[in-house]
Amino acid sequence: MAGPQGAELQGENPPVYSAFLRTAFVRSTLWIFPVLFLLVFFFLPLSRILFLAFDSQVLAGGNGGLIAATLRFTFYQAALSTLLTFLLGLPSAVLFARYDFRGKSLLRALTAIPFMLPTVVVAAAFTSLLGPRGWISLVFPQSTFQFIGTLSAILIAHVFYNTTIVIRVVSSALSRFDPKLEQAARSLGADTPRVWWNVTLPLLRPSLLAAGLLVFLFDFTSFGVILLLGGSKFTTLEVEIYLRVLKLPNLPLAALLSIIQLLFTLVFSVIYTRVISRVTTQTAPRFSTSHSPRSAREKIFVAAWAALLSLFFLLPLASLPFRSVARLEADRGQRGEVQYGMTSDYYRELFINRRGSLFYVPPIRATFNSLGYAGLTVLLSLALGYPAAIALAKPTRLERILDPLIMLPLGASAVMLGLGFILNFGGALASPWFVPIAHTLVALPFVIRTLQPALASIPERLRQAAASLGASPFRVWQSVDWPILSRATLTAATFAFTISLGEFGATLLLTRPEYPTIPIAIQRFLSQPGGLNYGQAMAMSTILMSVTMAAILLIEKMRLPGDAADIPL
Amino acid sequence: MLELKNISKTYEGRLLLDDITFAVQAGETVCLLGASGSGKSTLLRMIAGLESPENGRILFDHIDLASTPAHLRDFGLVFQDYGLFPHLNIFDNIAFGLKMRKLPAPEINLRVTSLLKQMDLAGFEKRKVTDLSGGEQQRVALARALATRPRLLMFDEPLGALDRSLKEGLQKELRSILRKAGIPAIYVTHDQDEAFTLADRILLLHEGKIIRAGTPAEIWSNPGSAWAARFLNAGNVIEGAFVSPDKIKTAVGVFPLKCRHKHSKGQRISLLLKQSNEIGEEELRLKVEDVLFKQDQFEVRLRGGIIVHLKDAPKTGQTIRVRVKVRCLE
Repeated sequence: MAGPQGAELQGENPPVYSAFLRTAFVRSTLWIFPVLFLLVFFFLPLSRILFLAFDSQVLAGGNGGLIAATLRFTFYQAALSTLLTFLLGLPSAVLFARYDFRGKSLLRALTAIPFMLPTVVVAAAFTSLLGPRGWISLVFPQSTFQFIGTLSAILIAHVFYNTTIVIRVVSSALSRFDPKLEQAARSLGADTPRVWWNVTLPLLRPSLLAAGLLVFLFDFTSFGVILLLGGSKFTTLEVEIYLRVLKLPNLPLAALLSIIQLLFTLVFSVIYTRVISRVTTQTAPRFSTSHSPRSAREKIFVAAWAALLSLFFLLPLASLPFRSVARLEADRGQRGEVQYGMTSDYYRELFINRRGSLFYVPPIRATFNSLGYAGLTVLLSLALGYPAAIALAKPTRLERILDPLIMLPLGASAVMLGLGFILNFGGALASPWFVPIAHTLVALPFVIRTLQPALASIPERLRQAAASLGASPFRVWQSVDWPILSRATLTAATFAFTISLGEFGATLLLTRPEYPTIPIAIQRFLSQPGGLNYGQAMAMSTILMSVTMAAILLIEKMRLPGDAADIPL
Repeated sequence: MLELKNISKTYEGRLLLDDITFAVQAGETVCLLGASGSGKSTLLRMIAGLESPENGRILFDHIDLASTPAHLRDFGLVFQDYGLFPHLNIFDNIAFGLKMRKLPAPEINLRVTSLLKQMDLAGFEKRKVTDLSGGEQQRVALARALATRPRLLMFDEPLGALDRSLKEGLQKELRSILRKAGIPAIYVTHDQDEAFTLADRILLLHEGKIIRAGTPAEIWSNPGSAWAARFLNAGNVIEGAFVSPDKIKTAVGVFPLKCRHKHSKGQRISLLLKQSNEIGEEELRLKVEDVLFKQDQFEVRLRGGIIVHLKDAPKTGQTIRVRVKVRCLE
């Protein structure tokens, strides 16, 4: 029978696994490994950063100007990016929430792809389209058009990344929106602009705010996009931390910048949680608010906007794989004679260990390294995530306090995690094991947020029904829990896998030259001159993009209807 | 005032409204009564200008409304789930239409205050919509629609979400408000009691067609078709067949009856049997199959599924005599 605790949580019916899961011993063993892991690999490094940051030398060292300038640019680019994201995202949200048209779900999926893509792939995709060796420059060789290394590159990549957030949050709010409110306003004498201004927009405000904060947060901590597309001119907090660790070493300054960034992220996250709670209380029953465009004006809007969206999202994504198999310029040693045509050279070259190349190993080894790290990350994050999720699914009062602690690593940026590892483990970092551990820290919140709702959703009544029909606890687990959990487990594993595969910031700081991962290899190829390096960057990025897209597809397939656990936080 | 001429509309390939023609006179309350899916709400939305008909015309005071958008029609609309603006307080909800018309603030104040008083909601100005009960919300919605003094009021099952006792009270209230305001009204409902209480005239809508129109009394005494009689719960509907042009044989007896159209021998027809106390009506002698206690009377089921209501409970198995009025349903 259930102890007093179990009875309090479950009412009069004793939970089927109660006797086992409710004992204090089992409860605490559920916690011990995730908590220990976080203590050693997150909080200890974090405390090192804190101590270093408040070292008197940095605070007095006259770095105020640099910090202020970096902070100013970080805010500036994030605000501008957010604004532009809304410019594209808001009409798109209206398009998806209000209208039915052919290819709608396909277009919606297309807009969602970038969000899951590794930053290096997005950077490579934009390079393949707009860079000096990209399609546009090749088609118009006389143009002096420059994209890479400009603010526009950063902004456009951010819009490319985050438009899906605005679409998702705002269009779901729009489709939860009772159409009768707009009809009532209309019948009371409001024309279309006034209906929007007086009714629709005020009611969407919490959702707009939530989407805006989330987009701003991602733009604020953006790293790969700024480093790879912004060139050396632009540094945000995150890039500056990286520079102060690897390029112009000043670890105390890096630590101070990390703390500043962490504080801002936490403040935004707290505001976001406040706002998002208002979004959910506003929900009304679902209405089918979408219809085929009727008037000519609606038809033009739908056609034009759908075309614009497809172009904006498809062009970079498609130009990358095409660029990876196209030879459009002279190879090494063939000066002057330009060969055009299809080629698989860039892929073949990945298997060759050339002397004087960027690596001590054939570049394809990066793929194996990445797959190995990703596999370890999956195992580690599931092994730690499962007990934590079981405890969080039906938490005791004490465990509720632990919940935000587990999510805290989300607030820390990847580069900051890397810095913490360097400060805390120093010389031991020669071991390649720290990379999957860092990846696990990034993936763990996602894994727990995927498993926990699935675990909590299993109705105790079903277990009781099965038990009352004579099923042993194992049979109960097998017939009730597992069918639901198997999907969630696969989704969580895929999340961990893709996160590890694409992780750039922490890996850049932690990885050893002889153990490159795919994103690191792409970054090195991109930063080197020469058509062959460029081609290999394209080939490697195409491989990474394909694997990630396959994973996204798998996650989408696994998603239960009505399940919205895609953006944690 | 309002005229609908040959309105048709298809929805996903199905004919939703089929050649609807009717008119609403000044000060008249017309009920569109029909089951869900009969197209009655769509018809209302067309009149409001929120949807457009595929065929036919809608006129008000002889002016075609086809080119008048919803916000310029000046028709008030009240919904089932009230459609109150959750971000505005009670005062601003009622004042919404007045502000859209850019009325001066003192005038708005005056109108809203007097409406709140009329609706028994005085002092509710600053309250939030979500703090009100269903009945109170519906009164606010009504006040909001009345505030602009529209040319026509439209109700889309406005009391559908309320419980029975509240509903009956509000029906009477609504009836007196509509009479007093003198604004023509179209009232859509699937509840026949509501239609009978409120309507000057009822239009019975079935599968996109008006199958019967008339005053509540006319429709009750002669529903016109077997479907309508069953829908209105107007009495016992049974099948019969002509044994001669003026004699119909049924499972419960043979009735001498003349119907409007000529019928040949053997043709089948539905009959409406209404319990009656008038001398000279048909008398049935049937065995009692079941007796149900219904507060101040008994519901008695007789052989052949005939239901009658009696003051005293007969015994099951006993044969009793009841008088019924018989009508052809064509």
